[in-house]
Amino acid sequence: MDNLISIVTFLPAVAAIIMAVFLRGDDEAAQLNAKRLAFAATAATFLVSLFLLVQFDASNTGFQMVEESEWLFGLQYRVGVDGISILFVMLTTFLMPITIASCWGVTHRVKEYMIAMLVLETLMIGVFVALDLVLFYLFFEAGLIPMFLIIGIWGGKNRIYASFKFFLYTFLGSVLMLVAMIAMYVDAGTADITQLLTHNFATETFSVLGIQVIGGLQTMLFLAFFASFAVKMPMWPVHTWLPDAHVQAPTAGSVILAAVLLKMGGYGFLRFSLPMFPVASDLLAPLVLWLSVIAIVYTSLVAMVQEDMKKLIAYSSVAHMGFVTMGIFAANQNGVDGAIFQMISHGFISGALFLCVGVIYDRMHTRDIDAYGGLVVRMPAYALIFMLFTMANVGLPGTSGFVGEFLTLIGVFQVNTWVGVFAATGVILSACYALWLYRRVVFGDLIKESLKTIQDITPRERAIFAPLIVMTILLGVYPSLVTDVIGPSVGALVENYDVAVAAFEPLTHVAANH
Amino acid sequence: MLSADLAILTPEIVLSLFAMGGLMAAVYTSKDGLAAALTWGTALLFVIMAFYIGVTGAGARTAFDGMFVDDAFSRFAKITILLAAAGILAISQDYMSKTGLLRFEFPMLIVLAVVGMMIMVSAGDMLALYMGLELQSLALYVVASLRRDSVRSTEAGLKYFVLGALSSGLLLYGISLTYGFAGTTQFAGIIDAANGELSLGLLFGLVFILAGLAFKVSAAPFHMWTPDVYEGSPTPVTALFATAPKVAAMALFARVVHDAFGGVVGDWQQVVAFLAVVSMFLGAIAAIGQTDIKRLMAYSSISHMGFALMGLAAGTAVGVEAMLIYMAIYVAMNIGTFAFILTMERDGRHVTDISSLSAFASKEPGKAMALLVLMFSLAGVPPLLGFFGKYAVLAAAVEAEMVWLAIAGVIASVIGAFYYIRIVYLMYFGEAREGLDGRMGLATYIGLVAMALVIGLGWVPGINLFGIEGPAELAAAMLTR
Repeated sequence: MDNLISIVTFLPAVAAIIMAVFLRGDDEAAQLNAKRLAFAATAATFLVSLFLLVQFDASNTGFQMVEESEWLFGLQYRVGVDGISILFVMLTTFLMPITIASCWGVTHRVKEYMIAMLVLETLMIGVFVALDLVLFYLFFEAGLIPMFLIIGIWGGKNRIYASFKFFLYTFLGSVLMLVAMIAMYVDAGTADITQLLTHNFATETFSVLGIQVIGGLQTMLFLAFFASFAVKMPMWPVHTWLPDAHVQAPTAGSVILAAVLLKMGGYGFLRFSLPMFPVASDLLAPLVLWLSVIAIVYTSLVAMVQEDMKKLIAYSSVAHMGFVTMGIFAANQNGVDGAIFQMISHGFISGALFLCVGVIYDRMHTRDIDAYGGLVVRMPAYALIFMLFTMANVGLPGTSGFVGEFLTLIGVFQVNTWVGVFAATGVILSACYALWLYRRVVFGDLIKESLKTIQDITPRERAIFAPLIVMTILLGVYPSLVTDVIGPSVGALVENYDVAVAAFEPLTHVAANH
Repeated sequence: MLSADLAILTPEIVLSLFAMGGLMAAVYTSKDGLAAALTWGTALLFVIMAFYIGVTGAGARTAFDGMFVDDAFSRFAKITILLAAAGILAISQDYMSKTGLLRFEFPMLIVLAVVGMMIMVSAGDMLALYMGLELQSLALYVVASLRRDSVRSTEAGLKYFVLGALSSGLLLYGISLTYGFAGTTQFAGIIDAANGELSLGLLFGLVFILAGLAFKVSAAPFHMWTPDVYEGSPTPVTALFATAPKVAAMALFARVVHDAFGGVVGDWQQVVAFLAVVSMFLGAIAAIGQTDIKRLMAYSSISHMGFALMGLAAGTAVGVEAMLIYMAIYVAMNIGTFAFILTMERDGRHVTDISSLSAFASKEPGKAMALLVLMFSLAGVPPLLGFFGKYAVLAAAVEAEMVWLAIAGVIASVIGAFYYIRIVYLMYFGEAREGLDGRMGLATYIGLVAMALVIGLGWVPGINLFGIEGPAELAAAMLTR
C-alpha cells in the first residue's frame, strides 16, 4: 500500500463526511449510530495504523513511506514518518477509540460531537506526518476549529470565555510561526521539510532596531517558532489558557487536549527548532531550561492549592511538559529520548486521569475536591485504577511516568547541574499534590450523604481503562518498546545538532563585527 | 483601424447595447414586470461574457492608440468582476421581489457599472481610467439610493456621492499634475517620464492619484464612507459594493502603480504599505464593537483590502499575482456571506442585527455550517481558502523583504479573527431566543452552499484553487513586464 499514511490520516475525515451526509435525525437510535460509526472509524484507523508500525524500519533514520503530489503555490502535499513522528501517530490513533468510547454518555448534539472528534483526529495525525511547512501549519492551525467548537458547545459553565481564550491565545502564537515559515521558504527556496532539515540557515549576527542579534536569522526564526510551540506546550508563563480550557472542556475534549494536542508543541520543537536552528537552540537553551524549571516547580506548587480536580491535573500537565522541554533542550540522546518518552507516557497517564475525573463527574456533576471523600468504600475498583494512574503521574518506578522523568533528568544533569537539581524537586512536589488529591477524594470516611449511593465503575468504563493500564505498566517495565523505535532517529538528530553547534563560534563572530 | 479597435471592445459594446436595449424595452412595455427576466438575463449575459473573454484573445492588444488595453491582467480582472456581479444578481433576486425593490433599473444600472469597471481595468490612459471610474461610480450612486422612500438609503446614496465626488476630484487633480509634468496622460508615456526618478510635481500627482484610488478601494484612512454606505444601502447593493467594484478598483490600483509608475516602485511602495497596515488594523479593531452585520462586513472589507494592498506593496509580479488570487477568494467569500445576510429575517422583516443569529445552528444546522466555513475562512484559518489568500500576500511581502509588513498583517488577522469567531460563537453557543425564521430562496441557498463548498474544499490537492493560479501568474507577469 503506497499511500498508507494518507489512508490513516483521512480515514476519520471520510467517516465524518459520511456521518454528516447520511446520518439524519437526532433520536436515540441515530445518536447510537453516530457513536458506533465514530468508534468503528477510529478503531479501523488504529488497526490500519498498526500496519504503519509494522512496516516501519527503526534503523532507518530518514523519512519513510513518503507520499508526494503537487499542490498550490509550488507547495507539495508531502507526508511521511520517521522515528520521531511515528509514535505520536500511534498515540493518536490508539487514544481516539478510547476517547470516543468515553463519551457514550453524551446526549447533546451527538452527531456534531462525533464529527468534530473525527475531523480533529485527521488534523492531529496530519500534524505529525506533514513534511511540508505549509501543510504542517495547515493541520496545526485547523485543529483549533474543532477544538474551539468542542469546548464551546459541549463544555462547562464558563465555556465561552475558555474557548475564546484558547482560540486567540494559540492563534496569536502560531501566526508568527507562519511568517517565519514564509521567511524560511524564501531563504531556502523550498518548503520541503526533508530539504529544510539539511539547509543551513544563516547565523551571522545582524542588528534589528539597534539590537545585535547573535545567531542572526536562526535566532529570529527560532523565536517565532518558539512563540507558537511554547503556547501550545504550554510553557510557563504562557500556560494560562490551559487550565481554563481543561476545566471547561468536556471529558473527551480534555483527554485529547492533554494527551495529543499538547504534544504538538514538543513535536514541533523536535521537528523544527532543534534540527533546523541548532545554533539558535544552543544559544537560547539556558533560557528554555530555566523556563522549564520554573514551570515544573511553580505549577506544581499551584497545583497543590487547587480546589478543582481538573484544574489540578491541568497544572500537573504543565509541570510534566516542563520535563519535556527540559529534555529536548538538553539536546543529548538521553534528554531527547526521555522527552519523547515522557510525551507518549503523559498521553496515556493524563488522558486516563481526565477519564478518572470524568467517571465521578458523570455521577456527581461536580469537580470540587471537597465534594468527595471516602470513595474507596463504594468504589473499590475505581479506587484501584485511580491509584495506579496517580502513581504513574507521580513517576513511580514500574510505571511509564518514571522512565520519562528519569531520562530527562539524566539528560539535563549532563548539561546543567543546577537545572537538574531544581527539576528533581518537581518529582517530590508532584507526589505531594497527586497523593493529596488521591487522599482527599478516595480515602477518609464516607460521610457525604450524596456519595452514599454512588456506583462503582461499569464494565464499559473498565474496558476503556484497560488498554491505558496495560500501556502504562508495559512501558514502565519495558521502555525499550519506545526507545528502540525512536533511538536511531534521535541519535541522528543529536549528532547533526552537535556538528552544527560545534561549527559555530559566536564570540569570534561578535568580535569580527566590532 | 476603427473596426479592429472596436473588435477589441466587443464585450463592453455588447453590454452597453444590452443596457440601452433593456431600458428601452422596459420603459415601452410593462416596466417593472420585466425586472425579473432582465435580472436573470443580465446574470446570464455576464456569465456568457466572462466565458467569451476567457476563451478569446491571448497576449496583449491595445485599441485607440493605447487608451484601451486588453491583456491577461485585464481579462483576469474582468472575468472576476463579471462572475461576481452575476453571482450577486442571482442571489439578490429573491430579496428584491420580497421587498418590492424589483425594478428594472437595478440590473440595467449594474450592467452600466460593470461596463465602467471593465473600462477601468483595461485603461491604458488616465482619461480612459477616469471615464471608466465615473461611469461605474455614477451608476453605483443611483443604485445605493435605490430604496427611494427610505431616508437611510437616500442618505447612503448622497454620502457615497459627495465623498465619491471628492475622491474623483483628488484623482483628477493628481491626473492633471501628472499630465503637466509628464506631458502625457498615457501610462506608457508616464512610465518613460517617471523612470528612475520622480520630479516633485510627478510625486505630488502620484500621491493624489493614490489617495483617490484609496477612496475607491476604501482603504483606511480614506474609508469613512464605507460603513455608512454599506449599512444604508439595500442589502443586495451592499453585496455588490463589497465585491465587483472592489475588484475593479484594486485592479485599477495595480495597473496605475505598475503600468504608469512601474519604474519608481520605491516611491509608492511605502505609501501602499502604509495604507495596507492602517486598513488592516482599522478594519480589524473597529469591527469588534459592531452590532450590525452589514457594518461589520464593511469593516471586514476594509481589513481585507488592507491585505490585498499588502500584495501590491510588495511591488513585484508575485505580489500582483497574490493580490489577484486574494481578490478572487475574497469575492467568493463575500458572495456566500451576503447570500446568507440577504435571508436574515424575522416575522417577514429583514434584520441585520448580529444578535439575531443567536442559537441559529440548532435550527438550521446546514446553513450554520456553511456560514461557519465562510467565517473561519474570512478569519484566515487554515485549511480554508481564506488562509491561502493570506498566505499568498504574506509570502509576497516577505519575499520583497517587507517582513515587518507581514508581521503586522498576521497580528491584524488575529485581532480580526475575534469578530468572525464571535458570529460562529453566537450561532453555536448563543442562548436560544427569538431568532431568525426566514426561508431561503433556491438561488440564494445555492449561492451560500456553493461558495461554502468552494471555500471549504478549494485547497484539496487535485482541485488546487480551481486552477486560477496559472492565469493569475500570467496576468501578473503581463502587468509587471
